[in-house]
Amino acid sequence: MINRFLIPVVVFALLTVVLAIGIVHSPDKGIIPSPLIGKPAPPFSLPSLTDATRTVSSGALRGRWYLLNVWGSWCGTCREEHGMLLQVRQSGLVPLIGLDWKDDDAQALGYLQQGGNPYQEIAADRTGRVAIDWGVYAAPESFLVNPEGIVVYKCMGELTPEIWQKEILPRLAKAQASTS
Amino acid sequence: MLPELGHFALILALLLAALQAFFGIAGPMFRRERWVAAVTPAVAGQAVMVATAMGCLIASFVGDDFSVAYVAENSNSALPLIYRVAALWGAHEGSLLLWIMLLAVWTVAVAVYANRLPRLFAARVLGVLGVISFGFLLFTLATSNPFLRLDPPALDGRDLNPILQDPGLAGHPPVLYTGYVGFAVAFAFACGAMLEGRMDQNWARWTRPWVTAAWAFLGCGIAMGSFWAYYELGWGGFWFWDPVECASFMPWLVGTALIHSIAVTDKRGLFKSWTLLLSVLAFSLSLLGTFLVRSGVLVSVHSFAADPSRGVFILSFLIVMIGGALSLYAWRAPLLKSPAGFDLGARESFLLFNNVLLVIAAATVLAGTLAPLISGALKLGTVSVGPQFFNPTFMLSMLPLLALLSVGIHAGWKRGRLGTQLRTLLYTFIAAAVFGCGLVYGIYSHGHLLTPVGATLGIWIILSSLVDPVDRLRRGLSLPRAVVGMTIAHIGLATAVIALTTVQSFTNEKDLSLAPGTSAAVGGYQFRFDGVRPIEGPNYDGVGGTVVVTRNGAPIAVLKPQKRQYWVQHQVTTETAIHYSRGNNILVALGDDLGANRWSVRIQIRPLVSFIWLAAVIMALGGAIAISDRRYRLTKVAVEIPRAAGTAPEHA
Repeated sequence: MINRFLIPVVVFALLTVVLAIGIVHSPDKGIIPSPLIGKPAPPFSLPSLTDATRTVSSGALRGRWYLLNVWGSWCGTCREEHGMLLQVRQSGLVPLIGLDWKDDDAQALGYLQQGGNPYQEIAADRTGRVAIDWGVYAAPESFLVNPEGIVVYKCMGELTPEIWQKEILPRLAKAQASTS
Repeated sequence: MLPELGHFALILALLLAALQAFFGIAGPMFRRERWVAAVTPAVAGQAVMVATAMGCLIASFVGDDFSVAYVAENSNSALPLIYRVAALWGAHEGSLLLWIMLLAVWTVAVAVYANRLPRLFAARVLGVLGVISFGFLLFTLATSNPFLRLDPPALDGRDLNPILQDPGLAGHPPVLYTGYVGFAVAFAFACGAMLEGRMDQNWARWTRPWVTAAWAFLGCGIAMGSFWAYYELGWGGFWFWDPVECASFMPWLVGTALIHSIAVTDKRGLFKSWTLLLSVLAFSLSLLGTFLVRSGVLVSVHSFAADPSRGVFILSFLIVMIGGALSLYAWRAPLLKSPAGFDLGARESFLLFNNVLLVIAAATVLAGTLAPLISGALKLGTVSVGPQFFNPTFMLSMLPLLALLSVGIHAGWKRGRLGTQLRTLLYTFIAAAVFGCGLVYGIYSHGHLLTPVGATLGIWIILSSLVDPVDRLRRGLSLPRAVVGMTIAHIGLATAVIALTTVQSFTNEKDLSLAPGTSAAVGGYQFRFDGVRPIEGPNYDGVGGTVVVTRNGAPIAVLKPQKRQYWVQHQVTTETAIHYSRGNNILVALGDDLGANRWSVRIQIRPLVSFIWLAAVIMALGGAIAISDRRYRLTKVAVEIPRAAGTAPEHA
């Protein structure tokens, strides 16, 4: 006869298998979808962080792909993401537009001087109003915008090489294939 | 400097927990007197270190130290002071620290109580608690350190999630966790007994108050969360069968079963291995809940930031703790012998039914909670398991439980003869049925099939619970607090049953589109919408509406629901306005701006809904009174006198 006192530990063993599978299949971190996907990017016009005489505006960005990256010198994950952003810049596949979110200009510039500047343009969103329009939840976030000004993809949190390979490159490649 | 101090204190706490675990378990095993003597100082030291860490984190929050990543992510300089303190447990890292702190408090309480226990047994119990502390401290330090610094520091914080900026946050997690963690004590007592290979009625008597205390806290914590959801989330619901709600409900159900089974072990020396198993299971389900909430395997409104490495760590911890305890059970439980049998109609049988039904209820909740996980793993597509599954299956085990309760409390121990009680039972049942149906068809004049059933069962429980105490008082007998506590707790349960029945049957709910000056009638009340005005708070702005409630022309209330937009996180929250009138909860929530000056307004009238939360308080009160019974305050000497077999006192 099977020892009935063994039943609990056997049931628990089966349960751990389910839980282990659950971890492997756990939903991606990007589970919070953005209502902006497929919609026009919210317009903005902000002073440039690097050159106070210029403005960075969504209108001027029309007609080409860009990756809007929301960051701040105060944000820890942005620091981890920085190396990847520099690689994106080096690849030259898509221009990076920085949205410096609720930051101190001097600190932001110091941060870039230290770690290198991956951005083509940086809009200084000192009050955070533009980030509100874009529905930014937590820095860093990156939005891929197409030449028609439509948001096609949003990455919550760190832009990892994996997301770059699996989510962003295919979208860029598909667009290139259809235009050529 | 403070964050580093806190971090260092946590590391010291980890080392002390390791010592507590080692000395507590190895000391009795190798009969090393000096090792056993070292356990209590380790407990005290660990508690001091954990309290230091907690103090450092609170100081960082209060002092707006945004160089600490956790503070920068969960607080803001504009955040009111009370939420800056409560923000400590507003996210994963800090709430783990709260968990550890509460475990330290429970452990110290056990250590103080330990002078009434045999020395070696007490050391083993504290040793097992040390293992749990060690696991959670290691988890915190390895994957979830709240003291990490930002360099350079943030200028200001990202603010606490607006939904959490509510008095509910101050109370709900600490009370809930006190309950969760409290089951660790019963778990440790069970493991201690199994390590020793001995378990008797004294064990049950030592353990009982701890089980009841944890159960009472957990019940209150769940009710507070439900109340918070009711008025803050703006949906007007009080229970959603959300995975995290289920995670807290399962230990409560098993804890309820444990309270009853340990009573049998205490009185009659029966159900020994079953009581041990339930003691292990109650805390195991608490741990499982922790895993479900923090590993990100299930999506829920409560989800913390998901991180697979955390999931792997907790799962390993689950395997060590639960797997270890259950293996110990498989090894030691067969050695336990029950001294005597009992008749089918005896109180023991009813408590056995109680246990089986409660465990079935917990198992169905577990199945429903894990179903999405299982179907995802087997690639069967996503299933969402909601009230359509939980409500009927849960009722399937609850209805017989409620019906058997009224009969069971009149059954005697050991022998199954209801005898003279049978007539009392019949009378109370008839009275309950008349009263219940009168309530349903007299006051509310309608209802579906289960409405009179629920009302009758609830009233029957109240009446039949009162029979024995009233009888004792009439005959001039003493009324032990254990009996008073049990009676009150059963009345609390009945209150919940009646309230749930009426809420489910008679809720009036309408979503309306109203322009200023227009009125609507819902459930006998008139609601006039007087438009909205802009409002501004310390860290938000928004709109506040005014709704004037009248009944037959007589003014009832002026309700001012709000819709707030928090500046930092740009999140909108719905602040419902609630008025209590004639047993009804009138809830008004402001929806969306529909343009042309019209607003969507949700109006709900829920009869007796507040009694659901009151019921949890009544049950907890019953538990508290039962704990204060004299029999648990006996000194060590008295406890160690062997009791003659079969002289069980007459009360439960």
